[in-house]
Amino acid sequence: MKKIEAIIKPFKLDDVKDRLREIGISGMTVYEVKGFGRTGGKTEVYRGSSYVVDFVPKVRVEIVVQDTVVTEVVTAIITAAKTGTIGDGKVFVTPVDEAIRIRTGERGEEAV
Amino acid sequence: MRILGSRQRAMTIASLLFALLSIAGAATALADTPAAPPDLAARVADLEAYVTNGAPKALITPGPGHNAWMMTSTALVLFMTLPGLFLFYGGLVRRKNILSVAAQCFGCAGLVTFLWWAFGYSLVFAGGSPVLGGFKFAFLNGVTSMPNADYAAWVSQNVFSMYQLMFAIITPALIVGAIAERMKYSAMMAFIAVWMLVVYFPLAHMVWGVDGMMNGVWNAKAAIKSIDFAGGTVVHMSSGWSALVLCLILGKRSGFGKRVFAPHSLVLTMIGTGMLWVGWYGFNAGSAVASDGIAANAFTTTTLATGMAACVWPLLEWITRGKPTVLGFCSGAVGGLVVITPGAGFVTPSSAILIGILAGLVPFLACTKMKAFFNYDAALDTFGVHGVGGTMGALLTGFLANPEVNANLNTNLAGVVGKTLWLEQLKAMGLTVVMSVAATTVIALAIKATFGLRPSVEAEEEGLDQTDHGEAGYHPEEGGAHGSYVGEMAPSMAQVTSAQSAERA
Repeated sequence: MKKIEAIIKPFKLDDVKDRLREIGISGMTVYEVKGFGRTGGKTEVYRGSSYVVDFVPKVRVEIVVQDTVVTEVVTAIITAAKTGTIGDGKVFVTPVDEAIRIRTGERGEEAV
Repeated sequence: MRILGSRQRAMTIASLLFALLSIAGAATALADTPAAPPDLAARVADLEAYVTNGAPKALITPGPGHNAWMMTSTALVLFMTLPGLFLFYGGLVRRKNILSVAAQCFGCAGLVTFLWWAFGYSLVFAGGSPVLGGFKFAFLNGVTSMPNADYAAWVSQNVFSMYQLMFAIITPALIVGAIAERMKYSAMMAFIAVWMLVVYFPLAHMVWGVDGMMNGVWNAKAAIKSIDFAGGTVVHMSSGWSALVLCLILGKRSGFGKRVFAPHSLVLTMIGTGMLWVGWYGFNAGSAVASDGIAANAFTTTTLATGMAACVWPLLEWITRGKPTVLGFCSGAVGGLVVITPGAGFVTPSSAILIGILAGLVPFLACTKMKAFFNYDAALDTFGVHGVGGTMGALLTGFLANPEVNANLNTNLAGVVGKTLWLEQLKAMGLTVVMSVAATTVIALAIKATFGLRPSVEAEEEGLDQTDHGEAGYHPEEGGAHGSYVGEMAPSMAQVTSAQSAERA
């Protein structure tokens, strides 16, 4: 099992969700987050005071899947979330030791 | 000779002086002629004319009572837009777009005020052709505190002008309700500037201008003998039908049909509705341009129709869906206000009850069944309420107008009222729809082809508050949303603590 975390532009969430649905992904967890990457911050001015915007809003999508579909899922996310401009985000893949469905007690790949 | 000569000179000078004096005297006498004390009967007659809102003979002056009510009404109608309509619409959008609605309403107030001063008032209320007024009052030239007897013998013309300005402001602001959350601010303002010129000013002149072609009550030569008390065609039909066309050309909001676009604060919508209802007394009762019996009747019919519609709409929801909603109450009230508008000063209180019931029923069907059937995205139902409601109100006025309520219907319309008035109304409605639809199509397509109507999908998803105005209506985090709270203050214990206490609360 692998956990796939994708940090994407908020307006791309619908596209990513639709794309993942199409390839049969049945569940995901979504967070509204803030952060910065290589873009860094930018300075803006509001009513005479300047301030630095360090953290820009992003959406983090989290999915746990069987090892066999990892490549397909990652490709789907990348295709759907890509605009080609700076700030498109990143995808991280990490191993998952165990998964349990609380209602039934199923474990492992059956539970994801 | 010398003496005689000087004497002659002196006499010449004297006679010249005398002549001058007598000319001056004659001039003064001329100027004073009206003031040459009229007999008591004439003076009493003028006073009676003031009390009965008739035409004075010698007493040309603004009436204090008339002016008091018209200035109050002016403020009430402004209150409908700022903040009434803003709160009504603002509560219905998602929280990331509330300020864009504020800016659109305020933008209308600013832009239209400028246009009104420059030539708008003149194009509507100066005499000209049956279709458009002239430039006599451009830059409010000659619009002073003295009344303009063409419209109101006892109301200062500058007050009258400001009163009518408020109508010109709220009409384009109503369109906001159809295009909310997805039109670029620049495109919106450009659209309104042109729309006022080609739709509102001509239409308002036709219906209310002294020589307008649809001014059935006051213009004996009107080509279409229709009536519109407070703006059913001019305000609600024009904005409603234009809103429909504009929202069709714009297309649906990004994510429409996929996500729930629930109102972000029905509390604001409720407050706005209350303000609209209160302000509407200035709109309808004020349209008598006097505080006379017609105003009193308009005040009564407005209340009755609105109360009925505000009950009928949620009642229908209760029957069809099991629960009456607060948005139903609000929509019903606005529906009632819209539908009674063209007839407020022409129909009896019993007719107002009938109008109120229909005003709850028909716009309800328009906003639920028809919108679903045609599957268009009129974000806040400007078409369903104002377009459909205004159209229905204009027609109902044709059937229900009653000369016993408003004696002015006997002057030029004696042969029409109660007989073929509804046909005249249909003509006026047709012309209004054609003008609104045609002009909106052309303006919208022209803007679309040049600098575009819509923001990018990314901007739309981020919210127009940020992308068009660089501000946020609500600041969920410390430090505010324009700017990073973390950027302003290092993530400290203080912040964590306050977040925790907020959670606990």
